[in-house]
Amino acid sequence: MIAPGSTRFRPTKRSAAGPLRTEPAPVRCLIIAIAGAFLFVFLVLPLFTVFQQAFSRGIGPYVEAIRDPDAIAAIQLTLLVAFMSVAANLAFGLVAAWAITRFEFRGKSLLMTLIDLPFSVSPVIAGLVFVLLFGAQGFFGAFLQEHDIAIIFAVPGIVLATMFVTFPFVARELIPLMQEQGLQEEEAAISLGASGLQTFFRVTLPNVKWALLYGVLLCNARAMGEFGAVSVVSGHVRGETDTMPLHIEILYDEYHFTAAFAVASLLALLALVTLVAKTVLEGQADRS
Amino acid sequence: MMIAVHNVTKRFGTFAALRGVDLEIRSGELIALLGPSGSGKTTLLRIIAGLDRPDDGEILFDGVNALTRSVAARQVGFVFQHYALFRHMTVFENVAFGLRVRKGKQRLPETEIRSRVRKLLDLVQLSWLAERYPNQLSGGQRQRVALARALAIEPRVLLLDEPFGALDAKVRKELRRWLRGLHEEIHVTSVFVTHDQEEALELADRVVVIDKGRIEQVGTPRDVYENPATPFVHEFIGETIATPITIENGVVSYAGATIGLDNQGVRDGKATLFVRPYDMAVVPVGEATFAGRVARIHGLGPARRIEVALHSDPGGIVEVDLPRTSAVSTGEQIGLRPRQYRIFASPAE
Repeated sequence: MIAPGSTRFRPTKRSAAGPLRTEPAPVRCLIIAIAGAFLFVFLVLPLFTVFQQAFSRGIGPYVEAIRDPDAIAAIQLTLLVAFMSVAANLAFGLVAAWAITRFEFRGKSLLMTLIDLPFSVSPVIAGLVFVLLFGAQGFFGAFLQEHDIAIIFAVPGIVLATMFVTFPFVARELIPLMQEQGLQEEEAAISLGASGLQTFFRVTLPNVKWALLYGVLLCNARAMGEFGAVSVVSGHVRGETDTMPLHIEILYDEYHFTAAFAVASLLALLALVTLVAKTVLEGQADRS
Repeated sequence: MMIAVHNVTKRFGTFAALRGVDLEIRSGELIALLGPSGSGKTTLLRIIAGLDRPDDGEILFDGVNALTRSVAARQVGFVFQHYALFRHMTVFENVAFGLRVRKGKQRLPETEIRSRVRKLLDLVQLSWLAERYPNQLSGGQRQRVALARALAIEPRVLLLDEPFGALDAKVRKELRRWLRGLHEEIHVTSVFVTHDQEEALELADRVVVIDKGRIEQVGTPRDVYENPATPFVHEFIGETIATPITIENGVVSYAGATIGLDNQGVRDGKATLFVRPYDMAVVPVGEATFAGRVARIHGLGPARRIEVALHSDPGGIVEVDLPRTSAVSTGEQIGLRPRQYRIFASPAE
């Protein structure tokens, strides 16, 4: 999974003369070896173990574990939650980035700080906040019960908690880029007679599309993998409010190791796909 | 189109960018807004375009209030300092943008758009780059694309913000001449902002000198150079020797001695004498306004630059330009007297 607040790695451009090296060759090798070993032990080995465990009893039990109705329900729920929170955060991210980079207003720096809040708050607390707000004893609890609306221990709660946790990803990708690009192109479009919407769709959006996709990608990866916040609000109703990470935990706790790793391998696969897509997107963004 | 600016004021927070600016721009004119950075010239341009709103005052286009109209409705072609080309569009699409965003009846058929864009690219001599992207162009080429894009909407007025600011000296000179030619060809009312006096004097029909949010002088290049209206204009345009003097009963004195210059109607009190370096003549020490020792001679070409260390002002150096033929040598004692000069009263303290 991708850690919150992960920054982009970009190869720095090498000068024509090449980097100036003062370290002797053995030192260089040692440093590279340490980095390599670290990566191997903490990233490659666990990833390998997931797949190895998943297939430890052959392909049959693997397929069976994934075709289990509860597993399918978990996968569907995860996709639904990810879709909804990505859509919401796409809209919010664009609006927030637009507001912050295009207007001067009071409380702008407060808004910037608040956008980062989900990065610094433990997801479990995020989940608890929603329980306090919408739970039976919560702030809106009586109102919700009266109108027969279920949020906590139901799908809406899971979506809300996931949205909260993934809320900074899109905005954080867009704000620095839009700040750097400035408003001149938009002013030019307006002076050429474009309406606000035309300016947005013909100038602003194409200029940020790669960063936007990148933000969506990170947001999606995090939404699918979120455990803590979702665990608090879900209620663990099998086949109804279990997302993939929750389902994996239950299977593991019940000693269904193969099944647990089979579902986990799907999430791991998602991580690998995300990694590849991320690399491709970065290439595109650098080229444009 | 005629543009009238009446008493326009603009503040950014506590900073007064424009303080009561009045200006008339005649139809078909090429006008330069010249001033140091922070003088308010770009703000004035943006207010004319509609990209900024004044706090007070009026902008009239052909006698009609422009402030109630949007940027688009004003039909201004704006060329940005850093061009602001659409980076994800080809040169062709950049120029076509203003035509493509039109709606309904105003929308031209595709063939018409294409032929118009081609004509404009011919005009700026960039047809061969139509399919390139902005980041594949040189600075001068980008500038011309920006110009073609602004002209595509057939603007009633063309506004250019530091059009040559980001270019190197040689390209700047070429492009300047080219822009002058273009203006003579299409004759659209044009206003450009610059901090480069050479650019303003060479290119413009009239120059508007701005300082600290106020217009100091409006006039032809010759006017502002030869008859500066204020001390600021004298010092900002062309080289200037400025010397503090005093006037008593109409008599001009410098460093305690009368120097036999006319007070030009300036009232008694502290004042400043302004002389161009080439308006100083070498005279016998007895008839001189300033006397000093030649400290250094340098310069090639038609004139010699002489640095004179003044007797009256230890450490003070006056730089004058003398013809190549004048027989002056380093270390020599000489007298100087201005052939032409201006005296301005010092501002009351």
